Amino acid sequence: MKHITVLGAAIALAGSVIAGSASAADITGAGATFPAPVYQAWAVAYKEKSGVGLNYQSIGSGAGQTQIFNRTVDFGASDAPVATDKLAQQKLLQFPAVIGSVVPIVNLDGIEADKLKLTGPVIADIYLGKIKKWNDKVIADLNPGVKLPDLGIVPTYRSDGSGTTFVFATYLADVSAEWKSKVGAATSVSWPTGAGGKGNEGVAGTVKNTKGAIGYVEYIYASANKLVTVQLQNKAGKFVSPTVPAFQAAAANADWANAKDFAASMINTPGDTTWPITSATFILLPKEPKSAEQAKEVMNFFDWAFKNGAPIAEKLHYIPLPADVAERVRKAWKSDVMVDGKPVWSN
Amino acid sequence: MDATLTSRPESGGYAGDIRTAKPTGRTADKVFVGLLWGCGIFVLVLLGLIIAMLFRGGLPAFAQFGLDFLWTPAWNPVTENFGALVMIYGTIFSAIIAVVIALPLSFGIAFFLTEIAPQALRRPIGVAVQLLAAVPSIIYGMWGFFIISPLMAAYVQPPLIEWLGPIPLLGALFQGPALGGGMLTAGLIMAVMILPFITAMFVETLESTPPMLKESAYGVGATTFEVYKNVSVPYGKTAMVGAVMLGLGRALGETMAVTFVIGNATRLSASLFAPGATIASTIANEFPEAAQGSLKLDSLLALGFILFVISFIVLALSRFLVRSNLKS
Repeated sequence: MKHITVLGAAIALAGSVIAGSASAADITGAGATFPAPVYQAWAVAYKEKSGVGLNYQSIGSGAGQTQIFNRTVDFGASDAPVATDKLAQQKLLQFPAVIGSVVPIVNLDGIEADKLKLTGPVIADIYLGKIKKWNDKVIADLNPGVKLPDLGIVPTYRSDGSGTTFVFATYLADVSAEWKSKVGAATSVSWPTGAGGKGNEGVAGTVKNTKGAIGYVEYIYASANKLVTVQLQNKAGKFVSPTVPAFQAAAANADWANAKDFAASMINTPGDTTWPITSATFILLPKEPKSAEQAKEVMNFFDWAFKNGAPIAEKLHYIPLPADVAERVRKAWKSDVMVDGKPVWSN
Repeated sequence: MDATLTSRPESGGYAGDIRTAKPTGRTADKVFVGLLWGCGIFVLVLLGLIIAMLFRGGLPAFAQFGLDFLWTPAWNPVTENFGALVMIYGTIFSAIIAVVIALPLSFGIAFFLTEIAPQALRRPIGVAVQLLAAVPSIIYGMWGFFIISPLMAAYVQPPLIEWLGPIPLLGALFQGPALGGGMLTAGLIMAVMILPFITAMFVETLESTPPMLKESAYGVGATTFEVYKNVSVPYGKTAMVGAVMLGLGRALGETMAVTFVIGNATRLSASLFAPGATIASTIANEFPEAAQGSLKLDSLLALGFILFVISFIVLALSRFLVRSNLKS
């Protein structure tokens, strides 16, 4: 008898869960894993306010693009911006949702966080296999007074395709002509040297396991796990530590006005305090949605997130979108998302 | 089979009692037999569809690169130049390392269990070996990544690189920085994973050796090792080769654990310590970011098809060997 009661309770529970997730007002999204924590945190807070839930599957940017191309979700999410012609062909509006940064991490005895100074070209040469030792003259010259060991450098990278790799490789291509011609930038590249780990945790673990290793991870991961980050030289020639104000400076100094599809580069933007490896993560929304209501709910959700989601994002070490950029996004919603020739979003 | 099953009720001698039950039983039986046919056909159809899907998905890659796809060592998502050589090499090389490590261990465990172990120890060790097979792949991956890789980097790889590295030819296997991961570590982890399968089949084969043969050998004064070498092993040789091939087949397709420790570099290297990639690990790594309709996705599906073909050949070979042994 007891079993039956338990079983009945389980069925009732399962039923309510299914019913809960299937209620008409809930919006669905799929894609990038990097912003998933903040989307989910926003979703919880937003549901309390509005009663509308968000079912976000973090399945990777590529898979998220596939899902929105097939219109199986209300919106897709991608770390790397989608090409303009592809957006036009798929009738999608692209807008940024939140900003993140990529930081190099190292494992060297006696070197604490943000003590080592590196430049973009030096990191490119390390990943190209041209700078092989930590006591190489180039690194030593950047770091007078720092005792660098006679130790081989082991570059590590993300083995899985990821937006993090896209951002990092884009930065290297920006600062090194040789990287641009030999390797290039994509969500996964053909690494000339080094070893790969799966995910942020794979890279961080490999760096932790290997003396002399250098790697790159998302800032949210580095700060949560207290990894040994380094200072980087920015476009203005200043060395900056990876801090939230430095990322905000990058977001503020990006050229949003002239960016097509909001794909403004935050790689190596000008400014004395700017962190050079920063990037937005994007949302893909159908321009002619099947359901005007669902599309409107998606825009309401992000509108709320832009207005009220900043504290949640900052708590999770993401950088909220600058207010003027959010305003640009709202304008695009009004002018681009149409059903039967009428704008869906008019707030 | 159909006929014997349905005709069974009629062969009974008491038709009077059965009359009411017979027709319903017959229909039910027909349905049951139909269902069984369905189950059998389902497997065939499923397998066929999977092969067809992989082949069709991979076709654009084969069309683009031709058969060169098989021996091109490049895997460059930026220039969209894809080749399978590095992964095919990594898949086969790491699986062979796994078998080379697992084989002597399996021999030892199997013979210990069947011949030497006291009855009280047989069950615990047998169960422990079986439990190794029940450990999920991802757990082996984490174990390999957090425990074995650092140990390899600290204690195994540096001395081997120092001692064996300078030897000509052989030294090529022991080059590069001590990263901890790489081909050897991947092979080591997979060896532990395939150990229970090979051991279980070895135990079965050894147990099927007629006791009379072994007792006769002991009777004429053979030592334990001689009985092992000259009676038990030759008796089950082919089945044992089949067991090894089965282990190999499992190692070929291992994904999660390998992805953790192999280092995931799409570069060709002879060194046991160099990071590499297998077909399965590459698919696991690249699939989520491969956009629909991209050449990358096509190439990944083509890789899947190649893995299918390799596994199929190995499994078919193992079935053939096991069966030919059973017949003899």
